[in-house]
Amino acid sequence: MRTDDLITMLSTNVEAVDRREMTRLITRAVAFGGVVALGAGLFVLGGRTDAGSDGTLGFLAIKLVFALTIMGVALFSLMRAARPGSSRPGLMALALLPFAGIVGLAAISLAQMSVGHWRAMLMGAEWLECLLSIPIIAVVPFALVIWAVRQAAPTNLRRAGALSGLVAGSLSAAGYALHCTADSLPFIALWYSGTIILCTLAGAMLGPRLLRW
Amino acid sequence: MAVMMTSEQELKGLMTAGLDGDGAAYRMLLERLSTHLRSYYRGRLARAGRGPAEAEDLLQEALLAIHTRRHTYDRAELFTPWLHAIARYKLIDHLRRTNVTRRSLPIEDADEQELTSHLDQGGVESSVDLGRLMARLPVKMRRAIQDVKLDGLSIAEAARRSGMTESAVKINIHRGLKAMAAAIRPEDKR
Repeated sequence: MRTDDLITMLSTNVEAVDRREMTRLITRAVAFGGVVALGAGLFVLGGRTDAGSDGTLGFLAIKLVFALTIMGVALFSLMRAARPGSSRPGLMALALLPFAGIVGLAAISLAQMSVGHWRAMLMGAEWLECLLSIPIIAVVPFALVIWAVRQAAPTNLRRAGALSGLVAGSLSAAGYALHCTADSLPFIALWYSGTIILCTLAGAMLGPRLLRW
Repeated sequence: MAVMMTSEQELKGLMTAGLDGDGAAYRMLLERLSTHLRSYYRGRLARAGRGPAEAEDLLQEALLAIHTRRHTYDRAELFTPWLHAIARYKLIDHLRRTNVTRRSLPIEDADEQELTSHLDQGGVESSVDLGRLMARLPVKMRRAIQDVKLDGLSIAEAARRSGMTESAVKINIHRGLKAMAAAIRPEDKR
């Protein structure tokens, strides 16, 4: 095939391009992924039944704010990582702030208690469930986000994969929070952060395979 | 002169017009880009011991990628970094697929000098056969591309002739070109 012929073909009857197409696709994938994650927390695992009693709403809010802040920052960075040659750097470092915040709060809350209580505060009764649930719930949002990013043109596949994992993991954590009754800051700092980071690492590993174009 | 003609501003203007559906501007853009990219790929592939025919394959792959991913260009950004990122990504991906050791991989950034130097060989052929590429497409995609992109029928005419809706014709063209862009890549030998 002559390159001139290819150019003629590509430029014949060229369609106008919707400038919001990419953003819309990724946003939609995240929205569907969010619905799946919240649905899993509420209906598959079952929403927490003690909501409304002393302090539970506060902890639920902390978990949701923590997860959704990370999700927002990660999504913003992902939109940039999905475009080639963006001059504006992503905000991946900013995504570390919620983690640092929750670890700081957890440290304060541990410091106020005697060492004997630490084990209960860190492990709760649900650590294993949390460790399994968040990565498993994250699978569907991750697949949706990866599909959307594949329609874009990421040039750093590891980074785009990691950010996709971070978005999926934090969405999943928000969904799991609706079910989780472990109300302690150290628990959130350890297990929510840990599983979200796990999802990010999985995304970074899978990115180069899944996002190639 | 060369610098003037290939300035960021001019290429960006052509790109933006193309994104708005201006075929003539878009054609001019692709012609300019093919000249730049041809010399870029020839230079880079020569360092890896590859010939100009392979550079033409890679150039066509890059042009298809630029076309099918043009919606990822953000008009608030400069155009050339977007172009360079795609050109470089496609080079690295090509070298990886065709099994080149990491050491012989030229990964420095595409510098301005190489991308703007001129090398006029519009009629160069790649090893890709358009007919064979088309034959691998599903019927609807092949038909939409044949009618609109090769025979030059309008979307409306093509829709009438094939009995598809206009948006179905557009979607089939889009998917067909993406399938071609994927099929044109060399097989992964790793």
